[in-house]
Amino acid sequence: MAELNTSNNILGSNYLIFLMAVYVRWCVALHSYSGEKTPPKFGDYEAQRHWMEVTYNLQLQDWYKNTTDNDLEYWGLDYPPLTAYHSYICSLIFAHIIPDSVQLNSSRGYESYEHKLLMRYTVLISDLLFYIPAIICYFRIYQKQKELLPSNLCILFTLFYPGLILIDYGHFQYNCVSLGFFVSSVMLILIQYFKTASIFFCLALNYKQMELYHSLPFFFFFLGKFFLLVRKKKKSLALKFITQIGVVVLSTFLIIWSPFLLNISYAKQVLNRIFPVERGVFEDKVSSFWCILNIVYKIHDNINNQTMFRICFLITLFSVLPSLIDLMLTPTYEKFKLSLIINSICFFLFSYHVHEKSILLVAIPVALDFPQHPFISFWFLSISSFSMLPLLITDGLFLPFFVLFLFYILCSVIFLTKHTVYVFNINNPSIKIRLKTVINFSLLGCLSLVLLTITCSPPLRYPYLWSLLISFYSFIHFIGFLSYYYFKQCNFSFTKKKKC
Amino acid sequence: MFWIVLLGLICLKILLIPSYISTDFEVHRNWLAITYSLPVKEWYTENYSEWTLDYPPFFAWFEFVLSQIAYFFDPKMLELKSLKYKSDNTILFQRLSVIFMDFIYAYGVKECGKYLNDNKLRKCSKWKSRWNSPSSIVNILLLTNAALLLIDHVHFQYNGFLFGILLLSMVRMLQKRYLESAFLFSVLLNLKHIFIYVAPAYFIYLLRNYCLRGKIDIRQNRMILKNFVKLGCILFIVFLISFGPFIFYGQLFQVLSRLFPFKRGLTHSYWAPNWWALYNFVDKVLLYVGIKLNFDLKRESATMTGGLVQQYEHSVLPSITPLHTFIITFIAIIPGLWKLWMNPDNPLHFVRCLITCAFSSFLFGWHVHEKAILLSVIPLTFLSVFWRQEAVIFLILSTISHYSVFPLLYQPFEIPIKVLLTLMYCIYAFFNLSQLYNAKQHGCTLSLLNRTETLYIVSLIPLFLYDHIFQYILGFHLKWPFLALMITSVHNSLGIIYCYIKYYSYFLKLKDINHKRKAY
Repeated sequence: MAELNTSNNILGSNYLIFLMAVYVRWCVALHSYSGEKTPPKFGDYEAQRHWMEVTYNLQLQDWYKNTTDNDLEYWGLDYPPLTAYHSYICSLIFAHIIPDSVQLNSSRGYESYEHKLLMRYTVLISDLLFYIPAIICYFRIYQKQKELLPSNLCILFTLFYPGLILIDYGHFQYNCVSLGFFVSSVMLILIQYFKTASIFFCLALNYKQMELYHSLPFFFFFLGKFFLLVRKKKKSLALKFITQIGVVVLSTFLIIWSPFLLNISYAKQVLNRIFPVERGVFEDKVSSFWCILNIVYKIHDNINNQTMFRICFLITLFSVLPSLIDLMLTPTYEKFKLSLIINSICFFLFSYHVHEKSILLVAIPVALDFPQHPFISFWFLSISSFSMLPLLITDGLFLPFFVLFLFYILCSVIFLTKHTVYVFNINNPSIKIRLKTVINFSLLGCLSLVLLTITCSPPLRYPYLWSLLISFYSFIHFIGFLSYYYFKQCNFSFTKKKKC
Repeated sequence: MFWIVLLGLICLKILLIPSYISTDFEVHRNWLAITYSLPVKEWYTENYSEWTLDYPPFFAWFEFVLSQIAYFFDPKMLELKSLKYKSDNTILFQRLSVIFMDFIYAYGVKECGKYLNDNKLRKCSKWKSRWNSPSSIVNILLLTNAALLLIDHVHFQYNGFLFGILLLSMVRMLQKRYLESAFLFSVLLNLKHIFIYVAPAYFIYLLRNYCLRGKIDIRQNRMILKNFVKLGCILFIVFLISFGPFIFYGQLFQVLSRLFPFKRGLTHSYWAPNWWALYNFVDKVLLYVGIKLNFDLKRESATMTGGLVQQYEHSVLPSITPLHTFIITFIAIIPGLWKLWMNPDNPLHFVRCLITCAFSSFLFGWHVHEKAILLSVIPLTFLSVFWRQEAVIFLILSTISHYSVFPLLYQPFEIPIKVLLTLMYCIYAFFNLSQLYNAKQHGCTLSLLNRTETLYIVSLIPLFLYDHIFQYILGFHLKWPFLALMITSVHNSLGIIYCYIKYYSYFLKLKDINHKRKAY
């Protein structure tokens, strides 16, 4: 632990970590965004701008509706209402400072130095309001036992996670908002403020529907708490608990959706937009199971989207069920956290319409696990950033990716090296594997793939060979991580039982 | 430790590649073009672009070498006619060249750390610590100097490697490798002539400690002469290689006139925070008062801060000519040199004298640029881990020096960068130095500083807020567009003059009694 104590001194204080994190974020903000100067469709940056334009100029009922002024084919709103409200708030600022950028229709593809600056500022401010404080608070509260990684290092590794920085500040999205809500709700679960936690989770869910990845553990955790109370013969208390949570959740939803509930058709439009079945099972090259399967068996040609949707749904459900049932039987915080990770990995691997960026939803729960498994978390976060490489290259963000990736590894060299860590070090010495060597080799593989992609052009016959290789490489890792976390969760219950 | 910090820094520098580029970028691109496409004979005579070559010949050769590599990135940037050419590859190449050249700076820094480690000049329990030993702190403070980072990697200049050579030559001097030191310094002089300001310190120290070792004795005459000749040869050869070709072409005066352009004004368009900023300010105030009182004064409007570099006549106070500044600077450095002469065999005094020389010339020199303060800050960084007094002055001075380069980077995207970098640097410096000296914080002062100094440092915050927010809200940026800059220079110059006086008196008062300690 000696070097961890000194690490406290090197960094001076947490201020330095915080400032550094903001600094790196802003440096990435200097770089290009998705779809910069590429008409006619542009990219996510234009999508966000377009939403501001739509929400600023149209009636609320028309936000999700295909009208003459709102062509849903051109970056129509496809996130839940909270995103729309956020866009609306931003649009008010933009209308005040750069009115041209929110003119209906005429502002399409609006790009300028000032506009980029202001857009980047909106992300930074959202980040400073939601995500960064949530992370800092979470690790501050979590720090109980001494043998765990110190909180300031956890904060460092989480805030410097390249994936989120690059997507939010480079590619351009507001993931920090929903993830900030999510982290806050996990933190509230940790300190047992269940009702507030469920409010925050509803907010997260209403900002991005992808938060559904995390919803099942929340549900089963509360259910488990309920049954726990029932088993302890405190039925009235149990009933009170579950109704309170139910009421809180329902009312949060009601408040957020109230403008759209005046007419059921509005709400239906929103739902249709949010869950687009027609979009296909995956986009581009993702490290999901289906994309990898697609190499040998062409899914698009053989199965229609509706059936595929069902297949995905069932497989995902089956893959997460053991973890959820286990969580329900013993609803402890540590299990909840592991279950969150398992759920999000499974959703990422098996669910319908997965995007590369969805890996962020897996990465954040893994990051929250940093105090327990610093090496595994670090490894996962590195691999997950790496898995987004093809996307980042198309955005012209290779340089910041590479630099942040190296920087991240460098941080681990400074702060994590002196440990010797074994995977499966519990009872059986025969399967002791030295984790550090494995990680080193895996990261070396990443680096060589990165260099391969950037230096050699792929063979003409297979233009997507490199991105497929990257997907495949990360896919194998993700499967490995999934089994590790499953093992952990089971192991957790075994050791518990033995003690009993 | 050193390598990790270095690698991390390189990462951060690469991230800054797409940031704002000042005209200095175009200046250097133009020099690449000049050295690439013209014969040596025309380097100092051509004037196609307004940015003519005004660095000494070695720097021109350096640009020549760079231009050979630049060809592989984008040959178009090497054409004289492609003015203001900024292709992605050009930017990438130029930025990378600065990052790459910084390895020399890193080497200089490493040597400084090594010298400290070898000599252990200060008693301290932390020498063996990986991150908290004085040498590590010096390494980090030097490597991460945010002002240098901002100037080199955002604003665009090649100061890093020049300072690297300076540090290297300084360390060689401390290690008593006099000839090497003299050689490095003369090379440095031929790379950028601004370093001539610290040449007196070199001259006196070498003369006293290398040529006339100890007491002056006639019997040692031969020895003296031998060393003298050795030194002279080195200087002569370096300067001959550098200026020789131009003397051969009969262009010596042409080159010199390019190097020392006295047509520029007393102060830069943005007043560097020195004595003359105060002088100008007083002049302005007197002018304002005079007009209010209906005196007959020539009314030259605010040309001084008007952006163009030009000569300016003071309205009330006597105008200053280059000769005046020379005399004042010379008088200002004499006490320091005297002290150095009287106390031979104290290598740290050499560094101190170097600082006072740089400092004096910054305060009183002709057409000083705000970047020049680094010339005293960087050697002072090295000393900041020996004595508490020096650490205090270093903390104040480095904070001001960071703030004073702010106006260089005025583009909105870079504002968070400069603020964050400065804050990080200051937090690191304050935290680690106070830990090193076991300083306890009492009351509401910053550790190591007293109340006035704390107040001064903290007052930078409202100054910054006025400069970046309030003047726009209040509408002052239209009424008095130069007010913010003027306040900044005056405010900073007060702080710098305070540091100057404090440091100078500290240096002059240092007594030999301190010899008992390991460092003095």
